[in-house]
Amino acid sequence: MRSLKTLFAALLLAPTLAFAAGAALHLDKAPDVSGDKAALQNGAKLFVNYCLNCHGASALRYNKLLDLGLTEQQIKDNLMFTTDKIGEQMKVAIRPEDAKKWFGAAPPDLSLIARARASADGSGADWLYTYLRSFYRDDKRPTGWNNVVFANVGMPHILYELQGEQVLGPDHKLTLAVPGQLSPAEYDTQIRDLVGFLVWMGEPTSGLRKQLGVAVLLFLGVLFVLAYLLKKEYWKDIH
Amino acid sequence: MANTNFEKYKSDGSLPGNLLEWVDARFPATAMWKGHLSEYYAPKNFNFWYFFGSLALLVLVIQIVTGIFLVMHYKPDASLNAAGIPVAFASVEYIMRDVPWGWLVRYMHSTGASAFFIVVYLHMFRGLLYGSYRQPRELIWVFGVLIFLCLMAEAFFGYLLPWGQMSFWGAQVIVNLFGAIPLIGEPLSIWVRGDFVIGDATLNRFFSFHVIAIPLVLIGLIAAHILALHEVGSNNPDGVEIKKKKDENGIPLDGIPFHPYYTVKDIVGVVVFLMVFSLVVFFAPEGGGYFLEYNNFFPADPLKTPPHIAPVWYFTPYYSVLRAMVWNFFGLDAKFWGVVGMGASVVVFAFLPWLDRSPVKSIRYRGPIFKSFLTAFVICFFILGYLGTQAPSYWGEKVSQVCTVIYFAFFLLMPWYSKIDKYKPEPERVTWN
Repeated sequence: MRSLKTLFAALLLAPTLAFAAGAALHLDKAPDVSGDKAALQNGAKLFVNYCLNCHGASALRYNKLLDLGLTEQQIKDNLMFTTDKIGEQMKVAIRPEDAKKWFGAAPPDLSLIARARASADGSGADWLYTYLRSFYRDDKRPTGWNNVVFANVGMPHILYELQGEQVLGPDHKLTLAVPGQLSPAEYDTQIRDLVGFLVWMGEPTSGLRKQLGVAVLLFLGVLFVLAYLLKKEYWKDIH
Repeated sequence: MANTNFEKYKSDGSLPGNLLEWVDARFPATAMWKGHLSEYYAPKNFNFWYFFGSLALLVLVIQIVTGIFLVMHYKPDASLNAAGIPVAFASVEYIMRDVPWGWLVRYMHSTGASAFFIVVYLHMFRGLLYGSYRQPRELIWVFGVLIFLCLMAEAFFGYLLPWGQMSFWGAQVIVNLFGAIPLIGEPLSIWVRGDFVIGDATLNRFFSFHVIAIPLVLIGLIAAHILALHEVGSNNPDGVEIKKKKDENGIPLDGIPFHPYYTVKDIVGVVVFLMVFSLVVFFAPEGGGYFLEYNNFFPADPLKTPPHIAPVWYFTPYYSVLRAMVWNFFGLDAKFWGVVGMGASVVVFAFLPWLDRSPVKSIRYRGPIFKSFLTAFVICFFILGYLGTQAPSYWGEKVSQVCTVIYFAFFLLMPWYSKIDKYKPEPERVTWN
């Protein structure tokens, strides 16, 4: 029991230590799928099937997925497993205290993860895209998995069936030891879609925001011309 | 110019005319309009640097109006909701997602905070360029420094409210600074927090300060700042007093009525400002991680200290001064001297009117020594600001120490170098082509 406690404590502290060591991290550039509804829908499917078992998205309501071009019936039939209320937020079934016991730390809510993971090393999307492709086998870890981007991470490689098993070579390069159901290129595409969905989820209104921004700037452009002419008209009296 | 001896309005018999006469008999409406706008004479040679006073007022209005709407939906509550997220943090996301146009109001408020400091820094720099703090405008300047202090307090209290990791740990670091004060430090910081760590009590009192106490003081000081300005009249890029040359009606020869001339001119400035402001609000609301720090999208977690705690960009120059102090003096901890240095780096601005001994006000007629010192000061201010965003390092510390010395030398050596500098003669009247 005592050793177990130490283990959990170590797990809890692990991310802090990993960051403290924080050498500059090389992140792969995540492809932008913000305009690709099919990709985002696929990302939503992956998220609900693989992530939502442990991670909540408590700021996102199911009916927000209508913005991705899905119908209410499609959402209810394919994406909602824990509730039947379309206005409900994406909550997890596991209780935070249980999760803490099992993984050492409660899996974080992912509503804002794509915004929170941005840093000087790259965007949040880059971090997630690299992270989800950087799991490798490590027998020293209680889960049997480790990660290059997030050293000693508490989460096991949930998508290993799809990707297969990578190993970390002495040259610090990852190689695929056991192939999964998908080829590396296919796996990267799935991760691209999942990360695209996580980015969308971080700020579902960002599309509207940019559209409105263009309209506001056009309006201000016209207003500037009028204001400038008004100023010139008044100031021609000043000598 | 705030002359209250303007004639009261005489009605022409129309209904609006009668109404104004009725009001004027009971309230100085016409007198205020004339004294502060239509017959307040401002120098005609204002340039680019003179936009930022009115823009600061605009940003204040933006902050107050957006703030009113945010308070309707924000909840200052550190307890966890059913999903394990702090209620305060979740309420901000509720505003961002579920409140109609909430995202726009919130981004305007968060961008407005940074915009306020950009505008105020440029406004203060104008004062340095043209000697706007010199006699007879010392009180305008002192009120201005007090406004700046209030603004810093307002920003600091407000930054805790989203209850993210940087909100929490930034407040923790700053409040812990009080602990460096000998004897009373520790109880003082507990008294400020209302707890042994930053907690619900702290969040609620910071909310109260942010929405009531500080804005009230701020508005009072801004009124005093403007009244003092209108009493003595504005300075200008030449630093000469326009009131010395008046026409037969007592109107300064180089003065023009604020309204309509500067109202129409300021509208142009307002539109340009709103364009820049909109570029941030609509296309880069995070401001590259400087306006909204990335780490602040993680909810506050008292058990997880971030490896690098950086204040928001507008505090970083003073934060660097704090970190530059690494020596124990007089048996007092270096941390204490850091706090003293940080406080002094802000308060020292208030003494400028009495430190400057030059015979001219404007940079246009000052000599090479002042120009060199001012340039060095500005460069050091930027370097300190940059270093404050970075994790501590050996060279960062050394550079910040050099910059801190230059920062204070600009002020403390001013009585000496402003006296021995060479000057060009000031013109009789403002330059105008």
